[in-house]
Amino acid sequence: MVCLLPRASRRPTQLARRRSMFAPGLLSLAMLAGACKKDEPASYSTESKGPAPVAKGPLKVAFTYVGPVGDAGWTFAHDRGRQAAAEKYGSRIATSFVESVPESADAERVFRDLIDQGNQLIFGTTFGYMETMLKLAREFEDTRFEHATGYKTAKNLRTYDSRTYEGAYLAGVVAGSMTKSNVLGVVASIPIPEVIRNIDSFTLGAQSQKPEITTKVVWINRWFDPPKEGEAAQALINQGADVLLQNTDSSAVLQTAEKAGKLAFGWDSDMSKFGPNAHLASAIINWAPYYERAIGEALDGPWTTGQTWWGVKEGAIDLVSLSDKLPPEITAKVAELKAGLQAGTFSIWKGPIADQSGKAVLEAGAVADDEYLHGINFYIKGVEGTLPASK
Amino acid sequence: MTGTLALLFASSIDAGTAVALACLGLLVNERAGVINLGAEGMMLVGAIAGFATTVHTHDNLAGFAAGALAGAALALCFGVLAIWLNTNQYATGLAVSLFGMGVSAFVGVPYTQDSLGERTASAIPILSDLPWLGPALFRHHPLVYGAALLALGLHVWLFRARTGLVLRAIGESPETAHALGYPVQRIRFACVAAGGALCGLAGAYTSIIYTPLWVEGMTAGKGWIALALTTFATWRPLRALGGAYLFGGLTMLQLHLQGQGVNVPSQVLAMLPYVATVLVLVLISRNRGLLRANMPASIGKPFYPGA
Repeated sequence: MVCLLPRASRRPTQLARRRSMFAPGLLSLAMLAGACKKDEPASYSTESKGPAPVAKGPLKVAFTYVGPVGDAGWTFAHDRGRQAAAEKYGSRIATSFVESVPESADAERVFRDLIDQGNQLIFGTTFGYMETMLKLAREFEDTRFEHATGYKTAKNLRTYDSRTYEGAYLAGVVAGSMTKSNVLGVVASIPIPEVIRNIDSFTLGAQSQKPEITTKVVWINRWFDPPKEGEAAQALINQGADVLLQNTDSSAVLQTAEKAGKLAFGWDSDMSKFGPNAHLASAIINWAPYYERAIGEALDGPWTTGQTWWGVKEGAIDLVSLSDKLPPEITAKVAELKAGLQAGTFSIWKGPIADQSGKAVLEAGAVADDEYLHGINFYIKGVEGTLPASK
Repeated sequence: MTGTLALLFASSIDAGTAVALACLGLLVNERAGVINLGAEGMMLVGAIAGFATTVHTHDNLAGFAAGALAGAALALCFGVLAIWLNTNQYATGLAVSLFGMGVSAFVGVPYTQDSLGERTASAIPILSDLPWLGPALFRHHPLVYGAALLALGLHVWLFRARTGLVLRAIGESPETAHALGYPVQRIRFACVAAGGALCGLAGAYTSIIYTPLWVEGMTAGKGWIALALTTFATWRPLRALGGAYLFGGLTMLQLHLQGQGVNVPSQVLAMLPYVATVLVLVLISRNRGLLRANMPASIGKPFYPGA
C-alpha cells in the first residue's frame, strides 16, 4: 500500500481536534490513556555528530503523534515516513514514537519524558505542539526539534510541511475534464489557510479545463469524522456536484460517491480500492524524503534551523493511481504539469486570478510567493458560498 | 429544486436509521426499567464485528448478524452486573460504554485499511421510478425499512399485546410483576440482550451500509443521541422513529444549507438533541401526573426479588 497521508496542517485555531468526534467529551480521553511506545531494534553504536550531546550509540530520534498510528490518515502517514527513515539508517539511529498525544498540557509532559530518555532529535507532527516545542527548545538547547506545519522557529527548532495544494490542483485538472454538471464539490475540514488554498487550487485546476466550472463547499469542522464526511458528500451530490474532493482524512467521501455513481478522489493516501468505479486519482503526501533528509542532517550535519515546504518537486506530493477512465490527453496533461512543477517552470498561483467579487487578487503574470500562499484566506471566483469565519 | 428536496428527505432517513435502531433497542430496555448507558460502546462493538465479518465473508447479512450478536454479548455483560448483581445501572452502563469504545478500537486496528469493495445502491423496482416519491422513499437499503417496521411493530406489541403489557408492568413496578409470578430478572435480562442486539445492529448498519469502513469511534456520539432520544420520545417507539429522522434531517439540512451558501454552525446542531431532551424532561417533570404517565417508574432502580 502506498503511503498514507496527512491531513492538512493544523493552525492555532483548530482545536476541534480529531479526537473530539468521540462522543461527548470526557470519554474520549479515557481511550487515549496509555499511549504506547515502541522502540525500533538498534544495536551498535555510531557516534552522532554535531553540537548535540555526543552520546555513544545510535542517534535517538523520537516522534510525537497527535493520533493513533492506526488512523489510516495523518499519523499513519508520518509513521510510514518514520519507518522509511529507520530502514534507511538502520543501526545508526534508534527511533521511537508516542501516539495519541493530545494538543494539551499533556504534550509537554510527553516531550519532557522523551528528552529525559536521551532523545536528540524530536519530531512533533501537529500544529498544536508549537508553543510547547518552542518553550522546550529554549530550555533544552542541546536537543533538536522539528515541528510539522508550524511557523515558529528557534536555533534548535525548525518546521516542515507539504504543499498539498499542488495535489489539489492536479486533481482539479482531472475533475475539470470529467465533470458533466460543471459543478464540483469539496468536503472541507476546518477553515484555515491551507484548506482554503486547497479548495481554490482545486477550482483553479478545474477551470484550466473549463472556465465555467463552479465549486460548492461544505465544512464539517472536523479532520476525521467518516460518517459526517459521507453525509457532507451526499449533500453535495444532492445539489448537483458530480466530482468530489475532500480535505478530510477518511475514504468516506469516495465511498459515498461510489454508492451514488459519482466521481471522487483519494486524499492523503492511495484510496483507489475504496471506490473502484468512482476513484479518479489520489493526491498523496510522502513524508519519507523529509524524514530521511532531516535525520541524515542530524547524523552527519549540517543541521540548521529553517522552514521547509516541500511539494511535487521534492517528491513529497504526487497524484497517483490515475483511473483508466481518464482520456489519454488528461493523463498526459497531468504528467506534463508534474514535470513543470518539478522543473520549476510551471506555477499554479499565477495571475490573473480574481476573488469571488471579481477583484483581482493576483495581477496578470504575477506569481504568488510562499508568503502570499500562506496567507490565502479568500475564495477565488467560481467557488460558491461564503467562508465561515475563521476561529 | 423539488429533486433536491426529495434527495434531502431520502438522506435524512438514511442518516436517522442508525439512531432509530439503537433508540428502539434502548427503549425496550427502559420500558422494562433498565437503563443502559452503554449504547455507544455497544454500537461500536457491533460496528467492528459487523465490518470485520463482512470483510471476511463478503456477506452483509452475516455482518448484521455478527454486529447484533456482539452488541447483545456486551449487553449481557451489563445485564449480569446490573440485573443479577444489582450494581448501579448508570455506573455500569458508563463502564460498558468505555469498554466498548476501547475494545472496538483495539480489535479494529487491523481493519482500518480494509474496504468492502463495490457498493451498489438498492432500489425497489417500479416504485423507485416514481417522480419525487421514488428517490425520496423507495431507494433505501432494506434495513432502513426494517427500522421503520420495527418501530411500528414495537408500538403495537408494547401497547396492544399482553406480553407488551407485562414488559411495561415490570418497568412500572417490578415488585408487583414479581408478586404476580413473572420472572422479572429474566425478562429484564432478555430485554437488555435485545436492546444490545439492536444497538449492535445499528453499529453494523453504520459500518457496513452507511459509511462502509471502520475507524475507531466511528459512531461519533450516535449512541448518546439515541439515549437522549428515548426521553425525547417519551418512551414511545413511533415518536422515537420520528425523532431519529428529525435529527437525521437536521444534520443533513445543515450541510445542504452550506452548499447553498448559508452557514449554520454545526456545533449548535450537535447540541440540539440534548437541549431538546432537557426541555422534554423539564416539561414532563413539572407535572407529577405527566411524569408518571410517561416515564417508566422503576427506571434505573435495582430490583431485589427476595426483598
